[in-house]
Amino acid sequence: METHVIQYEELELLLGDLYARYGYDFTEYSKASLHRRVQRIFSLDNFPSFAEFRYRLQHDSVYFRRFVEEITVNVTEMLRDPGFYRTLRMTILPILATYPFIRIWHAGCSTGEEVYSMAILLKEAGLLKKSLLYGTDINPLVIEKARKGIFPVSQMQKYSENYIQSGGVQDFSSYYTANYHLAKFDSSLTGKMIFSTHNLVSDFSFNEFQLILCRNVLIYFERELQAKVFRLFDYSLENFGYLALGSKESLRFSPIADRYRQVGREKIWRKINEAG
Amino acid sequence: MKQDKLLLIGGSAGSLQVILSMLAAAGRGYSMPVVVVLHRNNAFESSLEELMASRTQVVIKEVEEKEPVLPGMVYLCPADYHVLFEQDRTFSLDYSERVNFSRPSIDVTFRSAADVYGAGVVAVVLSGGNADGAEGMQYIKARGGFTIVEAPETAEVPYMPQQVLLRMGVDLVVPTEELPELIRGFGRPGHR
Repeated sequence: METHVIQYEELELLLGDLYARYGYDFTEYSKASLHRRVQRIFSLDNFPSFAEFRYRLQHDSVYFRRFVEEITVNVTEMLRDPGFYRTLRMTILPILATYPFIRIWHAGCSTGEEVYSMAILLKEAGLLKKSLLYGTDINPLVIEKARKGIFPVSQMQKYSENYIQSGGVQDFSSYYTANYHLAKFDSSLTGKMIFSTHNLVSDFSFNEFQLILCRNVLIYFERELQAKVFRLFDYSLENFGYLALGSKESLRFSPIADRYRQVGREKIWRKINEAG
Repeated sequence: MKQDKLLLIGGSAGSLQVILSMLAAAGRGYSMPVVVVLHRNNAFESSLEELMASRTQVVIKEVEEKEPVLPGMVYLCPADYHVLFEQDRTFSLDYSERVNFSRPSIDVTFRSAADVYGAGVVAVVLSGGNADGAEGMQYIKARGGFTIVEAPETAEVPYMPQQVLLRMGVDLVVPTEELPELIRGFGRPGHR
């Protein structure tokens, strides 16, 4: 038997509660996706009614933490869209190489697979030693995992294929040590990474970067919030820096579009003008 | 208020030919938006849209996030994303976990469509070797939508329509060769 289906009005109530009680603002998230995630945890945890679900969230901060972990999407992989990484390798890194120091921000990095992918590319280009990679996410649990750099061995074959397609010529397995079902990535990679929680909705810019990657995060935000986050990225990006988005995301309709030019066919834009 | 309508087509292995003939029959300027959820592998990625456009005369495009859902258009779900509907009749994309080993998942899109379009949904499940779509069809039915499956006896891979029929009674079980004419009929003014 199907459990109660959460109404959109109920969802709004809940989001209002969470903002008031915990300061987490999900009100400008795309509702269809958010509704699906909230419905999922509601059914998973067998709440008899919406009222009890709401009460629990208001009064149990440990449960709220679980809620945040469950409603945020944490699907990611290493070197996802190999063509994108090939462009980074061939076109973007040679330009970043001219800087004395490279700062890169992975916004919404989840469990960190893309940060490790970038570190591998930088290492192979001989740039890792003068780079710093910042990985941030709203969800503290995934940041904890990202710091450890331990991923399931079962994924390595796929990642290795992505690696080769992205133009990698080393032995991908040289970057990790396998132990039973886990692969721990080399500390020479992790040494250049800084992981921290950061909420794109409410937190400010914390540095200036030459490259910001935010892939498959903005699809979960409504237009106005997207615009706000684009402004945050614009503010955090050096002139002539790069912004990389997910394969179905675009800068096109954003308020910063006229100051950016797309690089080739990939979802990478270069900042060509400072804000007036 | 006039009920918004929406035609959903869910297909997997063995469904491409029948989708092409259905879209050809619907033709240009069909009265409802058509959303095609087809399990596809990244290999034949972009060629699919071109193939469908060249073979059917319809105006077809891959779904982009936040674009409005419009009649007269055929929308194809992009590889590797789930497609959802917002209350304001725009699309959302979602890169969360696969459902029934699938992304896009038919269940995900069908459920979301039923949440927004309710009784305005007409949904078809076609050939496939996966159980995706069965739960979504049940959800659509419960909200007053109209449910159709390709007859398992004529489907190239009967498993997917069979899974729907094992769960529920649908409004119509239609032999493959009659599906195009049925779809054309649904597009006529005053139908349903």
